[in-house]
Amino acid sequence: MLTEFGKVLLFLIVGAMFVAGGLIASWILRPNRPYPAKLSSYECGEEPVGNAWVRFNVRFYVIALIFLIFDVEVVFLFPWALVYRELGLFAFLEMAVFLAILLVGLAYVWVKGDLDWDKPVPQIPKIERDRPAYKQQTPAEPVAV
Amino acid sequence: MYELLHDLLGDSLLVYVIGAALPLLFVLPFAVVAVLLEMKVSAHMQDRVAYMYTGWHGVLQPVADILKLLQKEDTVPAAADKFLFRLAPFLVFMGGYAGFAALPFSSAYIGSNIDLGVFYILAVSSLAVIGLMMSGWASNNKWSLFGAMRSVAQIISYEIPSALSILVAVMIVGSLNLQEVSKFQEGGIQNWIVFGGPMPLLQKLLLLPFTITAFFILFLAGIAEVNRTPFDLPEAESELVQGYNTEYSGMKFAIFYLAEFANMFLVSGIVVSLYLGGWTSPFGDVMSGPIWSFFWFVAKGMFFVFLQVWIRWTLPRLRVDQLMYTSWKVLTPFLFVCIFAVGLILVL
Repeated sequence: MLTEFGKVLLFLIVGAMFVAGGLIASWILRPNRPYPAKLSSYECGEEPVGNAWVRFNVRFYVIALIFLIFDVEVVFLFPWALVYRELGLFAFLEMAVFLAILLVGLAYVWVKGDLDWDKPVPQIPKIERDRPAYKQQTPAEPVAV
Repeated sequence: MYELLHDLLGDSLLVYVIGAALPLLFVLPFAVVAVLLEMKVSAHMQDRVAYMYTGWHGVLQPVADILKLLQKEDTVPAAADKFLFRLAPFLVFMGGYAGFAALPFSSAYIGSNIDLGVFYILAVSSLAVIGLMMSGWASNNKWSLFGAMRSVAQIISYEIPSALSILVAVMIVGSLNLQEVSKFQEGGIQNWIVFGGPMPLLQKLLLLPFTITAFFILFLAGIAEVNRTPFDLPEAESELVQGYNTEYSGMKFAIFYLAEFANMFLVSGIVVSLYLGGWTSPFGDVMSGPIWSFFWFVAKGMFFVFLQVWIRWTLPRLRVDQLMYTSWKVLTPFLFVCIFAVGLILVL
């Protein structure tokens, strides 16, 4: 007999086997004629500029931190919800206190603006110029006939 | 189902391998039907006809597509991290497929009857997120990287609303096992949790507004977690080419595509099992039994798949900041109210 989690492991193995089977079948059938232009990174047909492995502002790291806190909270809530109807009012009050503390935290980050997407503030370059060039041109002298 | 297989094949490992492969036998035809459904529905919504040449009204087109993709050259970009690039489709598909283990397809079949049930699905579907991130990073392509980053931000944001809305149903039932959740709702449409569950009438009426809200939010968060319109920023064609799978071709691309459709059904299956009675018949004892229960589960699931397609061709895409706003400032507070109210109603 297999335990229930053994069946879960079998699901993972069957999933992997299916993907492997599909890839092997296509490996037998497909052509393979690589050349440098085909293997270059796709950048809409242009020559790729630089590397994509650069330092990159992910913009949502504060949200990721808040997510971690709430995820831990959810982990605490699940066992509570499971036996909730047996425990009754006591469990309700206790969890209300726990949630209230967390909601104060949510209210804090909300007011502080950390839940807003970190929008870039574009600085539009301003070109100093006193008047358009074409107006400075003196009109051509009328030619005497 | 496992008992039947035991009777047929004796006590061997083959029984469990077949048991674990059964959802695959469902997912593959489902993907073919869903591709056709998506194309036909979208076309008719826009007054077009879609595929017409392959088979009757183009019904064989998805099969032809699969055969075509099998023969396509599978390029791995020279700049990519080759090992992670090849590993990513495995993780994405395995993460989605392992979720099917805890989905009760019928009163007689659930892949693995673990007590953790829906909690396990939440946990194991995160494997797919690692796969997406891996595919985006390993491709060494700017579009892929942007797509993967957006996808991760979106999925972690919507994991909180989906977990909390699952919690509302778990509080009412007192079990995480989706098979037991479905059994709890037996006895007809009025016992479904979205309509308050099998409670006394007054309690039912009090629960009704909160269960409907939680049901709606669970479906919404589910759409966001599978990256479909209006939450399809990770693969926004007009901005990011194809998102995290831009560099994938041939069979590897097909695997990503298949995983997406499998996840569509997985999300619908969770919504159906938790709030709409799972495999139970809407008419009480009429039309119930193992075969009928499979029919009801698939019918309800397909309805939600259709709904996802419908929404895709109705709503425009959200902006990133609107996405975060919806998750943190609308759905999460609403769900806290729901949990608080449902808790109070159940105790009093």
